[in-house]
Amino acid sequence: MSGHSNYEFKNPVVNWLDSRLPIVSLIKGQAMDFPTPKNLNYWWTFGGILAIMLVIQLISGIVLVMHYTPNTAMAFASVEHIMRDVNYGWLLRYMHANGASMFFVAVYIHIFRGMYYGSYKEPREVLWMLGVFIFIAMMATAFMGYVLPWGQMSFWGAKVITSLFSAIPFVGDPIVTWLWGGFNVANPTLNRFFSLHYLLPFVLAALVFLHIWALHVPGNNNPTGVEPKSDADTLPFHPYYTMKDLYAIMLFLMVMFAFVFFAPNYMGHADNYIEANPLVTPTHIVPEWYFLPFYAILRSIPDKLLGVIAMFSSLLILLALPWLDSSRVRSGKYRPIFKQLFWLFVFDCLVLGVVGGQPAEGIWLIIGRIATAYYFLHFIILLPLIGLLESPKPLPASISEDVLAKSDAKSS
Amino acid sequence: MKKLFKSLAVASILGALMSPQALAEKAKGHKDATNYSFSFEGIFGTFDRAQLQRGFLVYKEVCSSCHGLEKLSYRNLGEPGGPEFSKAEVKAIAAENEVIDGPNSEGEMFERPGKPADRFVSPFPNKQAAKASNNGALPPDLSLITKARSGWHGTLRSLFTYSLFNGSGGPEYVASLLSGYGHEAPNGEEKDGLSYNPFFSSLWIAMPEQLSEDGVEYADGTKATIEQQAKDVAVFLTWAAEPKMEERKSLGLIVLLYMAVFSAMLYLVKKAIWRNVKH
Repeated sequence: MSGHSNYEFKNPVVNWLDSRLPIVSLIKGQAMDFPTPKNLNYWWTFGGILAIMLVIQLISGIVLVMHYTPNTAMAFASVEHIMRDVNYGWLLRYMHANGASMFFVAVYIHIFRGMYYGSYKEPREVLWMLGVFIFIAMMATAFMGYVLPWGQMSFWGAKVITSLFSAIPFVGDPIVTWLWGGFNVANPTLNRFFSLHYLLPFVLAALVFLHIWALHVPGNNNPTGVEPKSDADTLPFHPYYTMKDLYAIMLFLMVMFAFVFFAPNYMGHADNYIEANPLVTPTHIVPEWYFLPFYAILRSIPDKLLGVIAMFSSLLILLALPWLDSSRVRSGKYRPIFKQLFWLFVFDCLVLGVVGGQPAEGIWLIIGRIATAYYFLHFIILLPLIGLLESPKPLPASISEDVLAKSDAKSS
Repeated sequence: MKKLFKSLAVASILGALMSPQALAEKAKGHKDATNYSFSFEGIFGTFDRAQLQRGFLVYKEVCSSCHGLEKLSYRNLGEPGGPEFSKAEVKAIAAENEVIDGPNSEGEMFERPGKPADRFVSPFPNKQAAKASNNGALPPDLSLITKARSGWHGTLRSLFTYSLFNGSGGPEYVASLLSGYGHEAPNGEEKDGLSYNPFFSSLWIAMPEQLSEDGVEYADGTKATIEQQAKDVAVFLTWAAEPKMEERKSLGLIVLLYMAVFSAMLYLVKKAIWRNVKH
């Protein structure tokens, strides 16, 4: 981003280019020499994993579009055409479908990592907020993508989620009609979802660019939450973190490809292999697994409008997280009470996920309501309060000191 | 690293609880499919060619009078990973069917014998005709039936990793359903035009029992019990739902082996680079 480069390159052609467009020095400064805390653990590799997942989704998606037909009469058949007649079409589609799931696995880990180590705190608030926007854009993209195969869950999922907007007072119904492009989920709906499903990943890519830009201003947070104080605390990004990330990416992709090749439909729903039928409602309409916690929050509120508000608030409240957490200590490592509440919160989210997949009745409804209440309690009451009440453990003076203390403990 | 794996393991177990297969609700008396062990299961699993050919015979002689297989072409029957009928056999099978083609140069539609490139001819020209000849019930197309049904329901079987290692139970469901007739409904209830079948989600199915002892004659001498026929046709339909399964698994083994070796190398490179850094 800088105007003039501080680098001198030996190769005259590179020098010539760089003095006109400093792209080489940008890459060198931001992707190679970039000073990175030396104590990052493997939880920090999920940023790189996510970047790769976005690329995999983009490439597999662009090729899938070459064979897919966005028309209600042909969409389902064209997906089967991809599975049966297109060379390696089955691989493309299973990569794209399982890739979406694994994208969410990685993003959830990435978000929880940021929460545990306080990566949202000053001066990284904008970085965090951009991350929340990325998460929301991902959810919109995934939701629209799931509609495209035009199976039963595609259709009914689209119908349930778009119908949520009818809860808005006065203008709700016209908004739903406008979203559908008609009076039911039908061909116009499929066409616009297809268009937006192709558009949003590029919006995502732009947001990711901003996210990385905002990361490169303050640099990485790290497990101690203490900012690097000297060169002894950091390492150049390349080769240290390029190689570490690459190794983690390969491990992650192995998990993904184990699903793609050996259990490709495990994370899907059998009903989506039945072509959409507006006249037959499935017994249970369930979204994809990564939406289940939010679906549980939606259904735990008896009033439709309030349920919708609660669901969207559960996402938007993340934007306020930097200001809800009152503690001056960044990393959860040094916050004994926060640490326990963090794991309780993770557990609460998993409970919400389980509840979201069950029928909203009986004991599940009660558990769902308690878990929903706790979700908001964590943000609105607990986080502001414990920051004031708990006494944090002493922080290390620097990253190097922490690292040395640990390796001394290991060797003694 | 250890802690990371531990946390990931816990998360994945809890995540498995959310498995969508766990969602289906159990009607009273609704049975889980029998967990047959099929040759195509597991990461090394392949289809038994003879079984696929037997299953095709059952489909052709029993199911095809009401159920279509519209996503398949006759040529698929001769492709690798399937029943692998010979070229001549595929031609003969295709030619047994009359295909409506056209319009010809006079503008007329005409009938001709099927060719390997044709899609399977469906038994009815449209859904209405299918319903009209079946008491108002629509016999579903079977192209994807084993992927569109799950065999495990409200029990522990649907939780945790059961469906990860045993699949969704679709093929088992088809086999169980076809051989699951002949039980009397609890309290001896009877319903007009419906048969009791504990494997069917609503327990009452519009399709009467179709398979009978020695109802088909297997060329390979296998005894055609009801269960044998049910299993054979379930396996055939599993192939029909995913003709590229063998290609997928064999490619998967190579890809994962490659990735395992590659990540081991990456690990060593990473370790070498970091050897002088305390972190």
